[in-house]
Amino acid sequence: MNAVLRRVLVWAALMVLLAITLGAAFLPLGAARPWIAYGIATAKAALILWFFMELRREGGLVRLAAIAGFVWLTILFTLTAADYLTRFWTG
Amino acid sequence: MLVFLASEVMLFGGIFAAALALRLEHESAYGAAAHHLNLWLGTANTAVLLTSSLMAAIAVQAARDGKPAWAARALWAAVLLGCVFLAIKGAEYAGDLREGLMPGTAQAHFEGTTQHLFMNLYFIGTGLHAVHVTIGLGLLVVAALNRQARHDQHAVLIGNVALYWHLVDVVWVFLYPTLYLAGAR
Repeated sequence: MNAVLRRVLVWAALMVLLAITLGAAFLPLGAARPWIAYGIATAKAALILWFFMELRREGGLVRLAAIAGFVWLTILFTLTAADYLTRFWTG
Repeated sequence: MLVFLASEVMLFGGIFAAALALRLEHESAYGAAAHHLNLWLGTANTAVLLTSSLMAAIAVQAARDGKPAWAARALWAAVLLGCVFLAIKGAEYAGDLREGLMPGTAQAHFEGTTQHLFMNLYFIGTGLHAVHVTIGLGLLVVAALNRQARHDQHAVLIGNVALYWHLVDVVWVFLYPTLYLAGAR
């Protein structure tokens, strides 16, 4: 596929995801809303990393370097949430 | 470059972790505070920045294909869109100031501690992001003006500048649901 066309298609996909996440924010989805919003944000970030930042052209080590920061953040968020979500558990 | 960008991810990660803690502790007040932000300006800015990223990605490809003129055009388009982003952000800040939502100013008034903390986070998060946008714009201009970079078919300089610009975009992609979408109703 033409390299520029592929980038334009990825951009179009990003715009569609933006429209979906905006629409979903107004739906009465309750507790699922933040999950959907962050799920779509993660999908957008993945498209940017994979196509725009060209991780699709790179080897394993470079991909690992690119996602290392995100992996550590996942640990930070998990442990932070584990604290706040369990505070009301009375012993 | 990617290792440096990982350190940037951690830098912004602290702000996201603070937002997570605030949201988990005060869910409804967090949503109410986010509702005061201008969702439409935030959405417009997301579209602007995503398009700017596309231009940077096209510039890399153009340099690689040996089309320096197109690389320069795409870089300037990315710069222009980055400036539009900052202009919208500035207009938004001016609105926040008028509505008394800017912490530390004389007219600031908040509904409670959570809104105050939320607005602190909003200004630290978007402010730090705007600093990164400004640095990115400077790098894009340097790349656009550099004849050697435009003619480099390995696109070393343009490629690395584009990587930085894409990461600034990724950060905004997560700031958008954290600050703006959380208040939609």
